[in-house]
This record gives sequence, structure tokens and C-alpha cells, in this order.
Amino acid sequence: MKKVIMGNHALSYGAMLGRAQVIAAYPITPQTQVVELLSEMCADGSLNAKFIKVESEHSAMAACIGASVAGARTFTATSAQGLALMHEMLHWASGGRHPVVLGNINRAMAPGWSIWTDQNDSLSQRDTGWMQFYCSSNQEVLDTTIQAFKVSEALYIPSMVILDAFALSHTYEVVDVPDQEKVDAYLPPFKPYARITADAPRAFNGLTGPENYMELRYKLQKDMERVADMVEATGREYEKIFGRYLSAVDPYQCDDAEIILVTSGTAGYTAHVAVEEMRRNGCKVGNLRIRMFRPFPFALVRDILGKAKKIAVVDRNISYGHHGMFAQEVKSALYGQNGGRPVFGFIAGLGGRDITPASFREVVEYTETHDKPEEDILWIGVKR
Amino acid sequence: MNGPAALSEETPMTKKKESQKIVFASAKDVPLMPMSLGSMLFNKTGSWRNIRPEINLADCIQCGICWKFCPDMSIAIENEFPVFDYDFCKGCGICAEECPTKCIVMVEERK
Repeated sequence: MKKVIMGNHALSYGAMLGRAQVIAAYPITPQTQVVELLSEMCADGSLNAKFIKVESEHSAMAACIGASVAGARTFTATSAQGLALMHEMLHWASGGRHPVVLGNINRAMAPGWSIWTDQNDSLSQRDTGWMQFYCSSNQEVLDTTIQAFKVSEALYIPSMVILDAFALSHTYEVVDVPDQEKVDAYLPPFKPYARITADAPRAFNGLTGPENYMELRYKLQKDMERVADMVEATGREYEKIFGRYLSAVDPYQCDDAEIILVTSGTAGYTAHVAVEEMRRNGCKVGNLRIRMFRPFPFALVRDILGKAKKIAVVDRNISYGHHGMFAQEVKSALYGQNGGRPVFGFIAGLGGRDITPASFREVVEYTETHDKPEEDILWIGVKR
Repeated sequence: MNGPAALSEETPMTKKKESQKIVFASAKDVPLMPMSLGSMLFNKTGSWRNIRPEINLADCIQCGICWKFCPDMSIAIENEFPVFDYDFCKGCGICAEECPTKCIVMVEERK
């Protein structure tokens, strides 16, 4: 059934159709409506789940981990400062292999106090062992949430489904909300790897000495390396049932492109518009929108970017003292692989400043007219 | 495409005796997540305690609140009255705080 819903509610519907059994969350702008709608669904019985009110995001993740240990499919959602407060528990979820699914609304970190979008909140959590999926439309938010449960539970690795504050979270779009029976066919009930029961009590995640710890980390990494194939397989399966393919990357006009933009989130769709326009003016430009940041889809990215003369990465984030985080990954993917052709790293749109088609025209114009970047960071739209 | 194999029933999860140390020979034998290797049977954390709960049973109304609130499951109900497990009680004092008749008091450990 088609509905006009905001991005936040697309997350709620994803969790509902995914039959989340335990939802624990603490409200924060701009995430609040995600759990507001879920709490209403729990109250009116349309979702058979336990909604746990908690005193902090740290507790929200702790509750999800506990519920996951008991064998429940769990969901939570947060944003920025909330995600930062969750940080310790994020490690517990991934290290303990609890496949929690978390919706994160990208919101700039304070100070200055901000409620507007950028990716520094989620990208600061990139080394926690969570998968990260960046969405560009409300449809993609809903679909990815369902896929995230499937991939997470197959490999026992938690996932973040990530969307931009306001640009998506509070923006209404037409979303095809799938039938419950079809989602049930795609997503079977959660089968925990091991669980606590009253008959077989166990302590999880306890003291692990040097003689066994490293193997746990090795196994997590080995399963991370299987995610790319799993995303491909589950994305194709989703396409078969629902007609929409969910890939780790979304290349647009890249085959013959001389310059390829690398983008993510809502800016990724703005880049599509800019590419169409520039193509009409004879500029051979393409756009690679990266949906999955962790694990980084190195093989796909190498394959698509390998032939481009120049690559322009537009980051809505910054690793202070280095540069944009997508640019880091792209450079690392292409190291020794593309004949040393240049990667330009642009930073734009921090703290919710708009990234418009004009921003991408500026990016492409700079890239066209320079053999290599003059600086590690090329700033777009900053008042200097 | 399948995920990791399910936990094997044969994975050693419990130490048989204190001196036994479980060291997995290969990553494939290691469970996905660290799970109890039975160490708590021997690692008596009650030794961390600085203050201990003591109860005056004459004032106990058998409400069970201390039993319910103990975060370490160190209070059992035996013959309808609470009994402390000093091997694992860390002396947090929640039972004394919550006791409606204040018949549980925290007293200094003497060593």
C-alpha cells in the first residue's frame, strides 16, 4: 500500500513490518517520531512488541542487548548526542554478536548545539563493529530496515540504518509499504545463536583472557568480510519479492564517466539531479552513491571508480586533522589500483548547511580544471 | 547463503574444577560471543565487599523486596525469610535502602 510518510515513520514501519519484539529507546530530536509511532503501535496492539522506556540511550542499548540475549528481535533509534552516549554499549552489542538494528538520524554533534544533519555522529562510531547503511529516500529507509534485520541476524552483527535529519527524517515522501505476509516470507523469525533461558542460565560477555579474546575479534572480522555477499544476496531476494534492489552502492551514469562523484545520504540523490543537468551540457560526470559504509564495499568501489580519470568525494563529515571519512576510504580502496589518478576530497553541508545541485557544479568545475587537488580538504560553501 | 554455524552443544562452557583453564585450540571452536566458562563458580566476588548487610529477622515482614531488588541475586528466600549469600554479595546496600522496616543494616566488614 502506498502511503505518504516522513522518513522517521518509514523507520517505524520498517521495525513494525520486521516484527521487532523489543523496542527500547530514549527520545531525541530529530528521532522522536520514530519511537513515538512505535510506542503507539505497541499500545494499540498493531505491533506485538514490548516497549521499554529507559532513562538514557546507554540504557536503551543495554536493554536491547539483554532482550537479544533472551532471543528477541530488537530495535532502537537515536541521533547525535544520544548515539555518542550509547558508544560503550555499541561495542557490547557487536562484540557480543547481538544483532540489534538501530535507526540513527544523522545530526551534527554539539557544540554549537545543532539539530541539523551531518554524518559525524554515526561516522564517529565506525570502528564499533556495526554495519552502517546510509539511506537517501524514505522508501530506502523502510526497505533497508527490513534488510538490516535479515543481514544482522544471519551474521550476528548489529546494523545502523542511517538517514539525514530533516532532509529525510521530517520530509514526507510516497512510500510503498509492503504487505506483512510478504515481509514475513522474506524475513523469518530471529534464531539466536545462543540464548538465556530459565532452564539454561548462562553468563554472557564475561571475562575473556588473552588466550581466547583475539579469536573472538578474528571471527567478528571474518563475518564482516561476508557482509558484502550477504547484502548482495538479500538485496536480490528483496528485489524478487518487492521489485526494489538493495545494494551496497548505487552507481549512476558511471560507465563512461570521466569524473565520478562519490556521495552518500540525501546528498547522493541531489548529486543525481546535478549529474543529469551536467550531462545535458556535455559534461561526462557520474555519481557513485555509497549506501554501505561499514563494512566498506572495497571491491565494488574499486570496480566502479577504477576507470574514472578523476574522482570527487563529497563528504558531509570531517575527521579533524585528516579529512572527509568517505574520501579516506575511497583513497584506501584505490591505493595502487587506479594508476594514481587523483581523488579530490570535498567537504560540504556540515551542520545541516544545504548541499544543492550548485554545490556539485562547483565540485565538478574545480575537479575539471585542476590536475590534482591543491589541498587535502576542498571546502564547499564555507565563508572564508 | 548461510551465516555462522549454530553453537555446538559440545563447546565447553563450564569449568569442572577451579584449576581447569579452557583454552580453545582454534577459532572455529570459539563461540561467537564470550560466554560463561564457569569462572563464577570459583571467583567469589563477595571478597570485594567493604560493608555487609545484616538482618534482624524479628522486624522482617517477609515482603520480599530485598530479594527482588538485589542486583546480584545474592539474597535467597529460605523458610520464607531472606538469607544473604556472602560469597557473592558485594555490599551495595540496595537491600538495606529498600527495606520498608529497616531491619537490614549495613555494617562495616572487619578483617
